[in-house]
Amino acid sequence: MTYRFRDLLALEPLSADELTFLLDQSKLFQEIQRHPLKKLATLRGKTVTLAFFENSTRTRISFSTAASRLGADTMNLQAEASSLKKGESLLDTVYTLNAMKPDCLVMRHAASGAADFVARNLDIPVINAGDGTHEHPSQGLLDALTIRDRRGSIENLKVTILGDIQHSRVARSNIHLLGKFGGQFTLCGPAMWVPRELEQIGPPGCLIRRVSRIEDGLEDADVILVLRVQTERMYEPTLSAEEYILLYQLNAERLRLANPNALILHPGPMNRGVEISPEVADGPQSCVLEQVTNGIAVRMALLFLLMSGATEGGESALADEASGAPNASPEKKESTHAAD
Amino acid sequence: MRIVEKSQLMSASEIDRTIQRLAHEIVEKSGGTKHLALIGVRRRGVPLAQRIAKAMRGIDGVEVPVGTLDITLYRDDLSKVASHAVLQSSDISFGVDNMDLVLVDDVLYTGRTIRAAMNGLFDLGRPKRVSLCVLIDRGHREMPIEAQYVGRSVQTSDTEIVEVRLREIDSEERVVLVDRVEP
Repeated sequence: MTYRFRDLLALEPLSADELTFLLDQSKLFQEIQRHPLKKLATLRGKTVTLAFFENSTRTRISFSTAASRLGADTMNLQAEASSLKKGESLLDTVYTLNAMKPDCLVMRHAASGAADFVARNLDIPVINAGDGTHEHPSQGLLDALTIRDRRGSIENLKVTILGDIQHSRVARSNIHLLGKFGGQFTLCGPAMWVPRELEQIGPPGCLIRRVSRIEDGLEDADVILVLRVQTERMYEPTLSAEEYILLYQLNAERLRLANPNALILHPGPMNRGVEISPEVADGPQSCVLEQVTNGIAVRMALLFLLMSGATEGGESALADEASGAPNASPEKKESTHAAD
Repeated sequence: MRIVEKSQLMSASEIDRTIQRLAHEIVEKSGGTKHLALIGVRRRGVPLAQRIAKAMRGIDGVEVPVGTLDITLYRDDLSKVASHAVLQSSDISFGVDNMDLVLVDDVLYTGRTIRAAMNGLFDLGRPKRVSLCVLIDRGHREMPIEAQYVGRSVQTSDTEIVEVRLREIDSEERVVLVDRVEP
């Protein structure tokens, strides 16, 4: 088994075998984190462009560390400082970045589908580091790797997701991944964050139920995924932080309702004392810091996988400007550079 | 392009005898086995290293640790391989600092694999000495690398391929010389 795509845009189209392959590859990079010498020269001379059109600290640092441990250089585009503020279109910005001849583009954007759109217009591998409310595939993978490490398996899990699921790409990537391994999901949060359509987003046959009381949502859970309360969205319903804490905070008392070994995941950054109580966040069931460590292994595996293999002539620096040369990938991409 | 078998270089019993001899040579030349360890290079170096370690056990009960090394991350041709490269596990459960390591591989050809393997080893620490043991040395070196322990040296042309087939991985046990010919 190997991986049939040039990019990693979403977990939804991947088969269980492909997901297992990516997790197995990540596992091997975990071991490298324990070496006395963590830095490899594998991708020496290659460049990864990190284009974060939406703010991010941890994901960007994680990708940047992963690239550097593989010996690659990184170029950074930060939304705040970029010419997007000056009115440049996404495609123009991306073409400009591509003209600097990176070997891979890691991008985050507030619009769902942005990474897919960019990938269709570029001939280098694109990794989606979060697109709107669609997917955050590397987060889904690192969550699954963390669960698999602790439990030994990701088969047939009962997963409870707490919080603003409607706006969560992390929730979607987790459902697409764990759902392919028989996962059943309980989505729990204020009604406006858990609309009925979410029951249909899983892979065929995937059971997804919605509950509004946290006490009903935690029973028998093997994994509890706590989402960050996006305080910037708090104004839109009439729900205050105090009410949220009262109704939905995962605290020690509520945690007792779940399976005694239930694992707690949080994609970060945590609002300690809002969606999760400090004692739970620091307790033995919390995997928060393992998630961070595993994030580097997953991202090293992705960069290694997508940046190894043949490129045109082995060098891209002097390639034709029109860059029509397709990569040696079975997934066909057309170059539409001229059609802009 | 067709692949045709030209000759058999070793039978199963010849492989077996060669492994016995290599085990004796390593023990003899190492002058003490206290810090000795074998590192099998994936894939076929791994069963060979295990067999040599087993043969050493038969020599005054010498117990030598065996590790496994995957060189994928250290290859110099990653940007030339056809599709995505796939990493395999390395498993070296002992510290390599101050160890007397013997790299074990099936065929020594350009020397690039061994160059990569040495880079991999040095990421794990600082061995005292690294030597090389191969079942077949077929010449055509592109690196200043030689093996201290050689099962058999074979003259080959560069279109020929030496195939070591071991029962742990392949369905048979022998070494053959094959050639690529135009149809």
